[in-house]
Amino acid sequence: MYHNLQELLNIATEREVPLWKIILENEMKLSQMTEEEVFTNLSRRYKVMESSSHKAMNQNLHVEGSLINGLAYSQNQYARQGNTLSGELINHVMALALSSSEVNVAMGKICAAPTAGSCGILPAVLIGVKEVRNLSEREVLQGLLTASGVGAVVVKNATVAGAEGGCQAECGVAAAMAAAAAVEMAGGSAQMAIHAFSLVIINVMGLVCDPIAGLVQVPCAQRNASQAVNAIICADMALAGMTCIVPADEVVEAMYRVGKQLPSELRETALGGLAATSTAKNIQEKIFGH
Amino acid sequence: MDVSIFEVVGPIMIGPSSSHTAGAAKLARIARNIVNEPFKKVTFGLHGSFAMTYKGHGTDRALVAGVLGLYEDDEALADSFELAKQQGLEYEFDQIKLENVHENTVKISFLLEDGSSYYVIGSSIGGGQIVITNINGFRTEFTAQYSTIVINHYDKKGIISEVSAILSNNYINIATMRLSRNARGEEAFCIIETDDVIPHHVKESMEELENIIQVQVINVTD
Repeated sequence: MYHNLQELLNIATEREVPLWKIILENEMKLSQMTEEEVFTNLSRRYKVMESSSHKAMNQNLHVEGSLINGLAYSQNQYARQGNTLSGELINHVMALALSSSEVNVAMGKICAAPTAGSCGILPAVLIGVKEVRNLSEREVLQGLLTASGVGAVVVKNATVAGAEGGCQAECGVAAAMAAAAAVEMAGGSAQMAIHAFSLVIINVMGLVCDPIAGLVQVPCAQRNASQAVNAIICADMALAGMTCIVPADEVVEAMYRVGKQLPSELRETALGGLAATSTAKNIQEKIFGH
Repeated sequence: MDVSIFEVVGPIMIGPSSSHTAGAAKLARIARNIVNEPFKKVTFGLHGSFAMTYKGHGTDRALVAGVLGLYEDDEALADSFELAKQQGLEYEFDQIKLENVHENTVKISFLLEDGSSYYVIGSSIGGGQIVITNINGFRTEFTAQYSTIVINHYDKKGIISEVSAILSNNYINIATMRLSRNARGEEAFCIIETDDVIPHHVKESMEELENIIQVQVINVTD
């Protein structure tokens, strides 16, 4: 039994198994499910993730009133023409993340991970790593276990709600979950996965939640793309041997404290940050008439 | 760790907002189950954040989808206005102000086929979770996370023991029980949440009791 990330890591290290195994055992006990039942449930979620990550990438959904129409399509076209600055994987992952964000706005089917507003990040990273490492679906579902297990610790000990902790708690934690998964999927150790998790959070510490007109569109879609990239680069840093000198649980605690220190204007109320600009106010007036 | 991974990755839902879309759809669906009679018109009184932002989050379509019986992960949710039209259901949205309620609250008023009316008030409290706070003027508090029995009865001695006897005879464990009445001896509500699914014959046995007006069962699989 573990109560925080250090305890989870200690158990995995002692038994010389990946994090996902410990997380699986915990879930089987908690939900009274067999191993296959847990994987079946994960698979159902992953299918929805795969679909939302691709749906808007190959076509413009043309959603009425959407501020983010066609972003995934353009990013995908750009990624595929092969002359990018940050490389094909990064551009591809951004397109995947943007697609889920667009599908969400279009009243399409998504899987919250951990929230609807951040639903593009984890699927994009799982799919990107699956493709680049040529992994089986079973290995991806193991990654999904790693991600959701470390996420559960944050839900328990801090928050993943933008209204409580800002965007760092929502998109930031989604990316931290994804980074831990990416490391284990790429063959890195449990220790490396926890370092990648922490590195993501320190890169996103303090990010505010300031949606224009209170809608889950701008800057949410852009942050889904950029946080998916944050996850990939932190996984790479950890795989290269970079460690986070502050232990993961202290990083989570710091993130939670920063979230509480944020004024309410910067926590999903659309009263501060980007949402308080005159352009954003004009957009809000146009949509809601107030 | 006592937080399930399925609370972290999930629910599978229709976007864009777990509170303003998924929660709204669930609220309306549960309200429909509580009423459980044919209706021809529904009026949604929107309070707080629901009133301010319902258009941008598809709250209106989600609510109509819910009273039509659609689930929160049904892709037909976006087409609910068209579905309502096909089924001849009228609907309208009003902005209202309620006292001492959550930001995301809606009063759903049903005009039944027989001309009578029925209303349910509930709140979407985040992450797709809901709480039903009022049924026809009677204060309640249940989340529809457990199987729930909503009993409308006259406030007479012995009813509660008869109801609980039926449950224990059927090996159904009571998780919580709440009583609500507006005046002694008058109409009252009893809300029971159970750990087990409630079979149809249990509902029928309760309906046969004296002083029972109506019994509705909401199983969590509903």
